[in-house]
Amino acid sequence: MDKVAIKDSKYIPKKAQIIKVTQMTPHEKFFHLVLEGGESLDHEPGQFIMVSVVGVGEVPVSVCSSPSRRGSFDLCVRAVGKVTRSLHKLEAGDVIGVRGPYGVGFPIRILEGNDLLIVAGGLGIAPLRSLINYVLDNRRDFGNVHILLGCKSPNDMLFVDELGEWQKRMDVHYECTVDNAAPDWAGNVGLITTLLPGVDIEPERTFAVVVGPPVMYKFVIKELLAKNIPERQILVSFERHMKCGMGKCGRCQIQGIYCCQDGPVFNYEKIKDLSEAF
Amino acid sequence: MKDVQFMILRKENFNGFISQLAKTQKVMAPVAKGNKSFVFEEVTSGDQISLKYIPTVLPPKKFFMPQREPLVEFDQAKGLEMQAIVEQEKMVLFGVHTCDLAGIQCLNMVFSERPKDYNYLTRKYKINIIGLGCNEYCDEHASCNLVNANVPNGGYDLFFSDVGDYFIVHINTHAGDEIIEQTKFFEPIAKENMQDLVNLREKKKNIFKNEIPIESRDIAELFDKSFESPVWEEVGERCLSCGNCTNVCPTCYCFDIIDEVNLDLKSGKRYRKWYSCQLDPFALVAGGENFRKSRAARQKHRYYRKFKYPVSKFSRFFCTGCGRCTRTCMAGISLKETLNNLIKERVNKLWIKWL
Ligand SMILES: Cc1cc2nc3c(=O)[nH]c(=O)nc-3n(C[C@H](O)[C@H](O)[C@H](O)COP(=O)(O)OP(=O)(O)OC[C@H]3O[C@@H](n4cnc5c(N)ncnc54)[C@H](O)[C@@H]3O)c2cc1C
Ligand code: SF4
Ligand code: SF4
Ligand code: FES
Repeated sequence: MDKVAIKDSKYIPKKAQIIKVTQMTPHEKFFHLVLEGGESLDHEPGQFIMVSVVGVGEVPVSVCSSPSRRGSFDLCVRAVGKVTRSLHKLEAGDVIGVRGPYGVGFPIRILEGNDLLIVAGGLGIAPLRSLINYVLDNRRDFGNVHILLGCKSPNDMLFVDELGEWQKRMDVHYECTVDNAAPDWAGNVGLITTLLPGVDIEPERTFAVVVGPPVMYKFVIKELLAKNIPERQILVSFERHMKCGMGKCGRCQIQGIYCCQDGPVFNYEKIKDLSEAF
Repeated sequence: MKDVQFMILRKENFNGFISQLAKTQKVMAPVAKGNKSFVFEEVTSGDQISLKYIPTVLPPKKFFMPQREPLVEFDQAKGLEMQAIVEQEKMVLFGVHTCDLAGIQCLNMVFSERPKDYNYLTRKYKINIIGLGCNEYCDEHASCNLVNANVPNGGYDLFFSDVGDYFIVHINTHAGDEIIEQTKFFEPIAKENMQDLVNLREKKKNIFKNEIPIESRDIAELFDKSFESPVWEEVGERCLSCGNCTNVCPTCYCFDIIDEVNLDLKSGKRYRKWYSCQLDPFALVAGGENFRKSRAARQKHRYYRKFKYPVSKFSRFFCTGCGRCTRTCMAGISLKETLNNLIKERVNKLWIKWL
């Protein structure tokens, strides 16, 4: 058996250096990175990359920064297992491998000119932050912007500094709620669905963008439909097991659809009847 | 263009042909292992080869997409050096049945579709293929006629038809022609030889009949209407989730990617390994959600990946009718029986509508 080097392999990662790591919550860390040579990642909001801790493995992670902030990119990673825990052990100066970006992100061109109702549950804020920051950097290209955030407890809140900024801005309507909190918590307590009825939107010109854990979708989408947002104006992003990111390994398949290539962002109208989708 | 499409090889020259071929490259061919099992392995002379064999335990996909292959080599000692690699070898596969030719064609489509998989493609260009026609059914588990894989539909360099005392050899490619030129055992074909081939084909038509009571053009519709069928629950109840059916399938290509470090803990390789949609963690994600938790859902997925999804994507079935999944299943799950049950259930439903 001959072993030969190949140049055009799609499996070879680029190197990215960690510039800064911040512990955001007990489980999540924020990574600020640059590609070797200062190359741009050139992603769309909502796309993901395959992140390698070389020697440990490779996992899909959403890019959580906006492409409008070029020259570097951010990841927000929850430590759940082998690769993500090893990532958490890394420090500024360490190098990781990166393949991608992959998949179809949020349809920015279609969203432009419309009102946005962004609904984030838990770690769903990570991919949505890429969209939110893109929208804020191009604020006049969009109509009204509503951001609703739900998480387990105040301690689980990600990007706390930025949330504070959004709260202050006059051109964004931001609200958040937590499932559980200590009595001294001044904010909302309750599921994310409790925030929805109070949001004032014009359904015909509103696109809802929802990212969160699987259980959230069912309830949130029901509320969105109750607000008369058309099915084709609801966007979701799916998490599936992914190994290749290129439509080959089969891990991310939902019936005939490959989440890594056809998604992870989907239009609700197109996938609502797909069993195994929700 | 050279006007020679067919030649003949006398059986007494078969050993010489294989030995000659094996001098310049590896020759892989079906070899009997007892107990009605056969495997593709290296041979150096023709008498090692089983010319009459039922589908090998593993299909020839193992040469195109090895069970475990390195994709990337890395070394952290040298400042995280990473190099994409492919393991490859020049070889001739001899004796590939038409069902397995169809299987290789399926894999070719998958891996040459963009983004192209250069590990697969590099290997593909190193492998020459000599097909071998089946004159009879291998056994009762085959359903090759259903998907038209009992006859050759391209995908080979040379194709051998066994007409008794000699083989009629179809030369399909320049690479095939080179094999002919290089080995010098082939003779020009005469009119009466051609007649033997025509007779053989006629005879085959009487032996190979559609194994399942459905036309292949109606299969897509059958599957369209069978997503909620109780047949999947029945199959799921019996399935042990061992993944043997997908391992032996010539068109199953799902995989896992894993890193392995050497003893120095710095260098190592990233491997691609066969993985099965029948295993429980296949579709598991970090939140603990498993999108195909039940064995029934996983079996259904396997069948839909044979008869429905690839038809929409590649316009072809990803079942070649080779029967391997049925032969290997410890739970006795039979592909033909499952298809028959789906059809029966549809027919019953139609009757109920009529009554
Ligand atoms: C499109 C997409 C975007 C994602 N974005 C983020 C993000 O921004 N931040 C973040 O923290 N996480 C994200 N994830 C989840 C992240 O990929 C998993 O947490 C990670 O793969 C777990 O790997 P591990 O080696 O640490 O865990 P393991 O020890 O391998 O396993 C722990 C759990 O994670 C699941 N898992 C393992 N490998 C994968 C895989 N390749 N794909 C999916 N699930 C897997 C396992 O089934 C198991 O349930 C995203 C996943 C997808 C599909
Ligand atoms: S070989 Fe049989 S028991 Fe094993 S996974 Fe396949 S169908 Fe199930
Ligand atoms: S599904 Fe079964 S019969 Fe069909 S190609 Fe695969 S192993 Fe052969
Ligand atoms: S991640 Fe491999 S097919 Fe989608």
